Amino acid sequence: MSDRWKILLLLAPAMLIIGVLFFGALATGLVRSFNYMPVLGLTEPSLEAYAAVFSSPAFGRSLLLSLHIALTSTLLSALIALWAAVLLRQSFPGRRIATFLFQLNLTVPHIVGAIGILYLFSQSGAFARLAHATSLIARPAEFPALVFDPYAIGIILQYVWKEVPFIGLILLANMQAIGDDYESAARSMGASRWQAFRHVLLPMLMPGLLSASILVFAFAFGAYEIPAILGASFPQALPVLAYKSFTDVDLAARPEAMAMAMVIAGISAVMILAYLRLTRRGAR
Amino acid sequence: MRSLRLLSGAVLITWLVLPLIPLAIWSFARGWRFPDLLPRDWTLAAWSYALSGTSGVLASLGLTLGIAAAATAASIVIGVPAGRALGLYRFRGKTLVQLMILAPAIVPGIASVLGLHGLFLALGLTNTVTGVILVHLIPTLPYMILVMAGVFANFDTRIEDQARSLGASPVQVFRYVTLPAILPGIIVGGLFAFLISWSQYILTLVIGGGRVTTLPLLLFTFATSGRNDVTGAIGMIYILPGILILALTARRITGRSGAIAGVGRA
Repeated sequence: MSDRWKILLLLAPAMLIIGVLFFGALATGLVRSFNYMPVLGLTEPSLEAYAAVFSSPAFGRSLLLSLHIALTSTLLSALIALWAAVLLRQSFPGRRIATFLFQLNLTVPHIVGAIGILYLFSQSGAFARLAHATSLIARPAEFPALVFDPYAIGIILQYVWKEVPFIGLILLANMQAIGDDYESAARSMGASRWQAFRHVLLPMLMPGLLSASILVFAFAFGAYEIPAILGASFPQALPVLAYKSFTDVDLAARPEAMAMAMVIAGISAVMILAYLRLTRRGAR
Repeated sequence: MRSLRLLSGAVLITWLVLPLIPLAIWSFARGWRFPDLLPRDWTLAAWSYALSGTSGVLASLGLTLGIAAAATAASIVIGVPAGRALGLYRFRGKTLVQLMILAPAIVPGIASVLGLHGLFLALGLTNTVTGVILVHLIPTLPYMILVMAGVFANFDTRIEDQARSLGASPVQVFRYVTLPAILPGIIVGGLFAFLISWSQYILTLVIGGGRVTTLPLLLFTFATSGRNDVTGAIGMIYILPGILILALTARRITGRSGAIAGVGRA
């Protein structure tokens, strides 16, 4: 058997599954976003759903909120992960525990993290109780709204909790691969610790840091259950709004749900292209 | 400098475990009201309710395990050959194939699953366990393929040629030569595929239509209905497999960014 046939046969099952389940699903969503759903008697393709979505103030607020959640979570996670990775590379008592917890945290599903953040930061949560015990507040309502809040603080805290270990472990793996030699060389030529980090280590870590950040951004932008648990009722994160339209008793809202799904797919497509560019450059 | 490092380490460790602590305490609390810092009464009521037949937690645990095991098995069977093609060969269109495999791992589930619901409705797969297993392949399969592509990139096919020249049949070559060499990769990839399926929420909700109640769906229901004690107990049960898997693979994931990427998306 020639290599060509072998490759084709080896890839066929996987491409069939991904082709139908993922690309077939996106194509179906796209067709339906154009108001084409013969099952519901919609046989005239149109841009009505997009027009309705883009002119609705709720969609605009949701899109902005989701972009804010994704961008803020990614920036904070990347910075803290960089700090944590540099810390975990050095030796200090408790380093092994911290590294273990980094890995442990990675296995905890996001929904558990979201409930944990809820019990910590809600107005009757652990921190509100501490504030009461130290006489900072008298009633739960006096505690600042950190969950169900319009700025999505609770949601961002959850992503930072989950994604710092994710980015941090990728950075640690990169640091292990890079080794200490480059920094040592810089130090021996008179660079300060900060200069060796800033001008030698950081540029070498950058491709890994950026590609991990893109994955975090795409996830934080499109995840459903975290904003569903920790988010305010208005504005809602875009995935929550899309699911709400999808389950609306008025079936006419379905094409709008599909249009919102396509907006999310479009933004993640941009993320994939950015990821590919970065990983290509990193591989060279 | 050293004390600063120590302090930073302490802050980091505290922050990493902090969200899990109230969940654990709630699972043993009887009515833990504001402003009590700790519950006044401790009880095993939430645990005995969660582990009793009436709560549905054990049935849901079995269902979630079954779905994750099936999705993992399917990912291995489909993902190993594809990983071999990507790891061993250069061919025209390879970049496109890699892109098509990478995309489902990055694009959020909500973007594809709403359209998939329409396809599955026509096929009678909505509200079924089979449909949920299939939809879980969207995030698990790409990850399995990428891990196996890495494994096969370091695989020397000459040992297969040698076995063949000594008279081994294709089945024997796979059973006694190829499989032992790639087995560690299959185990690591499989465990992480399991964890990815284990964590799915929106894919299960949309395709299962709320009828296929896996643990995260049950957890969501209890969390949003204010049963904090039962939520705590289910939460503890839910994170257990991840901790077990970590104990089995801790040494492997430290040095492999690819493996980490998969779990992070879980």
